[in-house]
Amino acid sequence: MTGRTIVFIFSILALSACAPTVRAPATLYDQLGGNAGIARLTDAAIDQYAADPRVAPMFDHVDIGRFRRVFAEYICVVSDGPCRYTGASMADAHRGMNLHEGQFNAIVEDLTAAMTSVHVSVPTQNRLIKRLAKVRTDVLYK
Amino acid sequence: MIANSVNPSSANVCMRWAIAFFFIAIAHAARAGDGRLIATGGATEVEGSAGGGLVPWAVLAGYGTRDEIGGSVFRTQLQLPDYRLDAYGGAFTIDNRVEFSLARDRFDLGTLGKAIGMPGAALRQNVMGVKVRLAGDLVYGDLPQISIGAQYKHDLDFSIPKLVGARHDSGTDVYITATHLELAALDGYDLLWNLTVRSSNANQFGLLGFGGDRGDRRWLAEGSVAMLFDPHWAAGVEYRQKPDHLSFAREDNAADVFLAWFANKHVAVIGSWVELGSIAGLARQRGAYLSLQGSF
Repeated sequence: MTGRTIVFIFSILALSACAPTVRAPATLYDQLGGNAGIARLTDAAIDQYAADPRVAPMFDHVDIGRFRRVFAEYICVVSDGPCRYTGASMADAHRGMNLHEGQFNAIVEDLTAAMTSVHVSVPTQNRLIKRLAKVRTDVLYK
Repeated sequence: MIANSVNPSSANVCMRWAIAFFFIAIAHAARAGDGRLIATGGATEVEGSAGGGLVPWAVLAGYGTRDEIGGSVFRTQLQLPDYRLDAYGGAFTIDNRVEFSLARDRFDLGTLGKAIGMPGAALRQNVMGVKVRLAGDLVYGDLPQISIGAQYKHDLDFSIPKLVGARHDSGTDVYITATHLELAALDGYDLLWNLTVRSSNANQFGLLGFGGDRGDRRWLAEGSVAMLFDPHWAAGVEYRQKPDHLSFAREDNAADVFLAWFANKHVAVIGSWVELGSIAGLARQRGAYLSLQGSF
């Protein structure tokens, strides 16, 4: 926590209070850097998952090339980007994995680390995690 | 003498709890985990329960998920103009469902001690706590995490509390608490809120005994709000009503502002500015609070 960060946060708060409303709200997709940003994020996330012993075994029999594609599509759709998701539903994709709470949180932590590594801001990180977290009950202990 | 007398039965109870924790910990060692997200174990409040600094939250100590155990130890010091509070203890959580805690508070009487001819005198209490998570999750879902808890407190030095009018040397607080993290709620930053309702007859957290001439048990409201700058840093405020049941030693509500740093899932440091108001006749007791927490 640097002084700069605190100043930054208060500036944001101050700005948001008095900013004119004509500014078109950027989608979360834009905030993530569009397709290019999401591609970078996807690569960083896969690197994090591969390096995490809590997560890596889940990918033992997964086609990483396909995972990379549908993961990016999913992030794009969830963040209101102009994409179509071609993968399975979250419930179908995780059925039979018996994903437990610790593993789910490990995936969240790795994604957070990935977002930090590609310089996604904390508010944008939080917004994406909030949207992704909605599927938690669909995928846990299935 | 006040500070030097050790109540052997309390010491034994302490020891029994410590031994019980130790064996439960060994029995569960294979399941010790850190599956919950960082900072979701909270800090440790002065009575030993997971929460903020002054208020117990619905979160349970440590980082174990429903499949794991977790726990924490803490050491806190609060320096006031005329007194000093030292607190330490530990908590143990099974399956993110039930938390057992044990804490010792030592309230150095400082100025008052000298004034009454007992320099170095202190008031000590043991607090045994249990908290059960009833429903919800701190982070996920729309419902807050809801827990109920109890804190059994026993004074080791009751002469002064008795002198100022306290009725009992021990008491049990019961509380219900709801806590939730609102993701991206404040311009993208996560916002934590907590509400706790407590039934208590403890004067000054129990350090000045329980009950008095102005009443015994009553309902009290407590609350906290915090903003997370990132997963490791949080800042917030807390408020806690206190009973005011001793005519001889009027009591005020408590409040604090805090900054917490969760270095990782094992180490956290919490700095705070605490306002306790009047304590045993000495007004404007406010000062710096520092707490170190270790957890798993």
